Amino acid sequence: MKFARIIWANLFRKRVRLLLTIGSFAVALFLFVFLAVVSDAFNRGADVAGADRLVIINRTSIINPIPLKYRDQILRIPGVKAITHNNWFGGTYIEEKNFFPQFVIDPENQREVFPELIVPDDQWNAFLKDRQGAIAGRQLADRFHWKVGDRIPIKTTLYGSNGVWEFNLVGIYHGKRPQDDETQFWFQWNYFEEKVPESFKGNIGWYVLRVNNPDDAPKIAKTIDDMYANSPYETKTETESAFAAGWVKQFGNIQKLIVSIGIVVFFTLLLVTGNTMAISVRERTSELAVFKAIGYSDLSILFFVLAEALTIALIGGLLGLGLAMLAVPALGSALNGLLPSIILKWSFLGFGLLVAVFTGILSGILPGWGAMRLRVVNALRRV
Amino acid sequence: MVKVDGSGNQSSLIQVRDLDKTYRRGGEEIHVLQGLNLDVSPGEFVAFMGPSGSGKTTLLNLMGGLDVPTRGSITVAGDEITHMSSGKLTEWRARHVGFIFQMYNLIPVLTAFQNVELPLLLTKLSKAERRSHVETALSIVGLSDRMNHFPRQLSGGQEQRVTIARAIVSDPTFLLCDEPTGDLDRKSASEVMALLEELVGSHHKTVLMVTHDPLVAARAHTTLHLDKGVLVEGSKLQQGVPAGGVA
Repeated sequence: MKFARIIWANLFRKRVRLLLTIGSFAVALFLFVFLAVVSDAFNRGADVAGADRLVIINRTSIINPIPLKYRDQILRIPGVKAITHNNWFGGTYIEEKNFFPQFVIDPENQREVFPELIVPDDQWNAFLKDRQGAIAGRQLADRFHWKVGDRIPIKTTLYGSNGVWEFNLVGIYHGKRPQDDETQFWFQWNYFEEKVPESFKGNIGWYVLRVNNPDDAPKIAKTIDDMYANSPYETKTETESAFAAGWVKQFGNIQKLIVSIGIVVFFTLLLVTGNTMAISVRERTSELAVFKAIGYSDLSILFFVLAEALTIALIGGLLGLGLAMLAVPALGSALNGLLPSIILKWSFLGFGLLVAVFTGILSGILPGWGAMRLRVVNALRRV
Repeated sequence: MVKVDGSGNQSSLIQVRDLDKTYRRGGEEIHVLQGLNLDVSPGEFVAFMGPSGSGKTTLLNLMGGLDVPTRGSITVAGDEITHMSSGKLTEWRARHVGFIFQMYNLIPVLTAFQNVELPLLLTKLSKAERRSHVETALSIVGLSDRMNHFPRQLSGGQEQRVTIARAIVSDPTFLLCDEPTGDLDRKSASEVMALLEELVGSHHKTVLMVTHDPLVAARAHTTLHLDKGVLVEGSKLQQGVPAGGVA
């Protein structure tokens, strides 16, 4: 600790340069964590997927329907425990920017297939009794300050030109786990079936089913797809995690894009900090020679340079992570439900800090090595 | 006692024998020092003079363990330093040598106190002990009232006195001064020389100094001339320096 004063004093030698370097670190670390959060949000589907759940969609595309009559046939397949069905509604609340996922659900089986999404019994019973009843996720309700009893108008252009559908908010669900999606809006199949044009009736968007044994999932999926092969509505059945991964892929290779940006950020940061440290060491050649002349070892010189680089990295890194803690929740609400809930996990902060430390050490190694190898006689001659 | 003919005995503090230093520049070999001998007893104040490129600073660097000779040996207080590893030599320097440079070479972001304390940070002294040593060194050079000043807040003479305090704070075996007054005006130079004389006279330090200035050299006990890589003994009278030394 007796050397801390030397390291600290050297850091503040060029204040503007120090501030700019720390600023680069802070911005880069913020970006790094933000990318990790977005990547995580895109992959959330795979994280929340139940191992015992299968999703059945139309083989052509998820936007093509499947007949409701398949439900009872599928339920008779050995190993199938429960089945429910959903439709995408695609509406907006009051203004176009207020977009969030709305699902038409099958009230009979929803809770059995998605047991991790909790609705209080009294609210669920009220939902069953009200054809116009709706249930919102906790985050969604918080976003629009909804409470049970509110009248919710949803505007749609997918199902007829009538425009606005009215709902009564009768319940609010929450997830058992932090990663569960609490941004959905559910309403009843019967109400939907009653209101959609004739051409839509009797069709659902996709089925979700639970199997007794996850090991049987591939076999059951094949049975279902074989059953409807060469029919007008061929199916594609896959595990919920595979379905979620496929959904993300529709946006392009997000993961690759995010990793690429992350790598570019990391190397840019490394070059900026490395350059700063190299300049800083070069400016102090004669001083480092004096340190060595009066008895400081090569390793202690390396230590000084690495300690400076590490201090810059830690201060900048912690600032960036602090910025991320402040900004990520705000960005989450600004995205208006375009992504599932954005969560800043402790693991991201920990990883960010590791990246900062690693970059700090790496950026100090080359100039530190040069300082360590400096020949006192030559360095003093440069004065 | 200072001898240049290799006839010194074991009582010498510094013993240099058959010292050669050759540099290679391009394809050419430059023989800076050739078969140089030197014996310096404790408490001596020796000045080295000679034209530029004669090897004065090279000799100083070799005796201070900052450079290694091509051939020959240097023994200081019984330690043969020419065959020490780089690490051992670093430790040896910390214990035995105090350096005073022409350009002061203080660390600009540290105060006078912190600059003087630098060599002591390598020791096992407590904080209080270090403070006591630093205060003593600064009082010897007459800068007790400037210990919290940064180098930019000091005059050239004061900066050089801080350098001297840094050189003596760990009580080294001898001091090596490379043009200690080269960047100072006459008055400051005279003060610095008076201080070096006091260190030799009152504190029994051994001082080896390189200088271009005959008036400065005249303040030393002995002046040696380096010419073509060989040392030649001189005297104050031969230099024609008026009594009273540096004006």
